[in-house]
Amino acid sequence: MKLPIYMDCHATTPVDPRVLEAMLPYFTTEFGNAASKSHVFGWRAEEAVEAARAEVAALVGATAREIVWTSGATESDNLALKGVAHFARQQTGKAGHLVTCKTEHKAVLDALHALEREGHAVTFLEVERDGRLDPARVRAALRPDTVLVSVMHANNETGVVHPLAEIGRITRAAGVLLHCDAVQSAGRIPFDVEAMEVDLASLSAHKLYGPKGVGALYVRRKPRVRLIAEIDGGGHERGHRSGTLNVPGIVGFGKAAALAQAEREAEAPRLLALRERLRAGLLAGLDHVEVNGSLAHRLPGSLNVSFAYVEGEALMMAVKDVAVSSGSACTSASLEPSYVLRAMGVPDDRAHSSIRFGLGRFNTEEEVDHAVRLFVEKVKKLRDMSPLYEMAKAGIDPATVAWGEE
Amino acid sequence: MPYSTKLLDHADNPRNVGTLDPAAPDVGTGLVGAPACGDVMRLQIRVSEAGVIEEARFKTFGCGSAIASSSLVTEWVKGRTVADALTIKNTDVARELALPPVKVHCSVLAEDAIKAAVADWRRKRAGPQPVGGAAQPADARPDGAAAPARTGAAERSPVR
Repeated sequence: MKLPIYMDCHATTPVDPRVLEAMLPYFTTEFGNAASKSHVFGWRAEEAVEAARAEVAALVGATAREIVWTSGATESDNLALKGVAHFARQQTGKAGHLVTCKTEHKAVLDALHALEREGHAVTFLEVERDGRLDPARVRAALRPDTVLVSVMHANNETGVVHPLAEIGRITRAAGVLLHCDAVQSAGRIPFDVEAMEVDLASLSAHKLYGPKGVGALYVRRKPRVRLIAEIDGGGHERGHRSGTLNVPGIVGFGKAAALAQAEREAEAPRLLALRERLRAGLLAGLDHVEVNGSLAHRLPGSLNVSFAYVEGEALMMAVKDVAVSSGSACTSASLEPSYVLRAMGVPDDRAHSSIRFGLGRFNTEEEVDHAVRLFVEKVKKLRDMSPLYEMAKAGIDPATVAWGEE
Repeated sequence: MPYSTKLLDHADNPRNVGTLDPAAPDVGTGLVGAPACGDVMRLQIRVSEAGVIEEARFKTFGCGSAIASSSLVTEWVKGRTVADALTIKNTDVARELALPPVKVHCSVLAEDAIKAAVADWRRKRAGPQPVGGAAQPADARPDGAAAPARTGAAERSPVR
């Protein structure tokens, strides 16, 4: 077993060696610009880009012509939301209304805040305590001027999966576009733009064992979704996104998508078993451990737990050999605890104690067992020096104490 | 985040972790911070008749910097007079541990903890007061520790 162990697959995943192998020629011998129409270098690059486009399209049940390459999912989210809102405004002459939920990724929330500053109206829906968005809230939020609803498929902090198909039925019936940030779900659980009636979807290569710096936006053609490009230039990607294509990155994304599609059915149950092994081990070794968010509706490799009375960053410092992340304020520049956990009604002290585990393709049972041992040992050590744990053991609930601040 | 060797040493091998009897007359207990803010520090001192801190113990819920800050001040207050301990400033702690700017509030908490522990000890030493005095502070708690001090709120708010 090699240390440190990586268990932060919501943040990124390593490039699969098979993906790297597919990419390598496109840095050297096949270096052509896919937009060069006059020679074989360009033709070969274009051919590779189109093959990858078909592979990424197939992963999400789309056709190749519906895939627009971007630099990553943040750009995809911005292009989808601003592109649709700006097009609607151009058509109607009026700013429109958009709907999302409070636990979305910052790329969605901040793009929508930017649209608010331009005069668009945005509704940020509450989620339930299990982290899921109730489709009834979406239905209730729709207005005559609503142009788009944006709901992620699976959450990046908790792994909780939203009832996307139900939401898709509602938006389709209402004639409102549905954008989905499918970054965490595509390739991990079934995500299909037809079955879920999604009109725009943001995807990223590096969450599915592809390279960083390449993403895609699915844009439905039937019925056709129109949007205004954010980046002006040579008119690449049918005018949706100008800029020379990242050919090696795109080839890698294509290969990664093909592998995910071929291997997902075998990989998902394996990851679920590892996740449950991790969860069972932590719960067996420690008291006061709580899972944040729905367990039933969750990505197979995802686990978000709070180890009460222990602060997340201190725990990560203590468990040096396992790379995870935390919703604790101490790990964020803003010094605020996770807004996702907060939106779910998780109290701040529990958010400070949260750890996110993200298991992936290359994790093993041995690694999970080692992580369990380390976390149990270090949580106990930190609890021994936690005044809150001492209070709890003495029968005083720290939540009932009148703390001085805030 | 790049932490200093000293900080990592205190976080990994904290000194003087533990609990002194909060009811003992020669023990002062300071409990500062709040769980919702992600850090709670409890500093306890045992003070001799001559006013010298003979023993110091801490327990902290918080990040590595908070644990290191409290560990460090237990070492610093030991052997000092109460008056001398009160001269320890948060900036001294921040400098010693090379706290990054976002962690400076941990050192503020450590300074607050010293003040709160000394205040608790002084309250006990002053003994029962006439009516209207502070014999039974309104913030006394069942475990004998003082309620968390409301110090530092103004200083800390900018970094929150």
